[in-house]
Amino acid sequence: MSGTISPEDIIATVTQATEDLFSTMLNLPLEKLEPHTATSEPPGTDGVVALVGIGGSWTGSGRIACDKQAACKLAGALLMSSYPEVDEEVLDAMAEVANMIIGNVKTNFETQLGPLGLSVPTVVFGRNYHTRSAGVQNWMVIPFRTGEDHIEIRFCLMPSQTSQSRIERLRPQVVA
Amino acid sequence: MALDVMIVDDSAAIRKILHRVLVQAEVPLGQVHEACDGKDALEKLKSAKVGLILSDINMPNMDGIELLNRLKTDENFKSVPIVMVTTEGSQAKVLQALELGAAGYVRKPFTAEQIQEKLAGII
Repeated sequence: MSGTISPEDIIATVTQATEDLFSTMLNLPLEKLEPHTATSEPPGTDGVVALVGIGGSWTGSGRIACDKQAACKLAGALLMSSYPEVDEEVLDAMAEVANMIIGNVKTNFETQLGPLGLSVPTVVFGRNYHTRSAGVQNWMVIPFRTGEDHIEIRFCLMPSQTSQSRIERLRPQVVA
Repeated sequence: MALDVMIVDDSAAIRKILHRVLVQAEVPLGQVHEACDGKDALEKLKSAKVGLILSDINMPNMDGIELLNRLKTDENFKSVPIVMVTTEGSQAKVLQALELGAAGYVRKPFTAEQIQEKLAGII
């Protein structure tokens, strides 16, 4: 099976998956901001980033980033609890948020692209760190606002060059 | 009669949510066991008797499909209803789970009502 995925497809699919999560399990308001493309990695970040890799005939990566206050609010909404600080439960909740959003994007694209695999999520929390996904040249950046908080979802997907080494290269890397 | 349940998911967040949904559903709940993957579930099922299993599909070590296959071919567990609660939405995986004997399938993200409706038809 082969197909193509346009930037509009990515924006629509990521938006739908995010809206589904916010309306079912988070019950938080969600406003989509202006999507754009980015050819470089995001600058040094403070806060929480959750990354999920996609493998198969197409490979890619999904990245959900927000500051620590937003992460605590998302985790609190998901787990119906209150988190004043980022802890293990907040990180686990952010991993699951990424898993559900990127997992549903993956499932949606499988109808066009054939079977795809999903990595277990990786979550990073810290100050002034950089993440880098090797081989990614173009990210679709889809920002959202929930209340006063901002969430940024980055997504890339490209045809695989079929070698296992390429899939290995797409594993998220963290540079302190 | 109280129903003992096992929740199998590599996400502690999802295990916590499903536990809460079971309480909200007013299921006559007995003991709730948790396992982080299929291998962990099989180990814990050696000493735990359950009447319902909620399991994810994509998990490290042993996925939900393999767990389902093992339990449905085991005389001690083949009659225990197993509901797959998963982000995995590919037709092939869903069909495989149902063919292996899964009692139902709920896709994440889910509402408490979706879980409750699914369980109402099973227990």
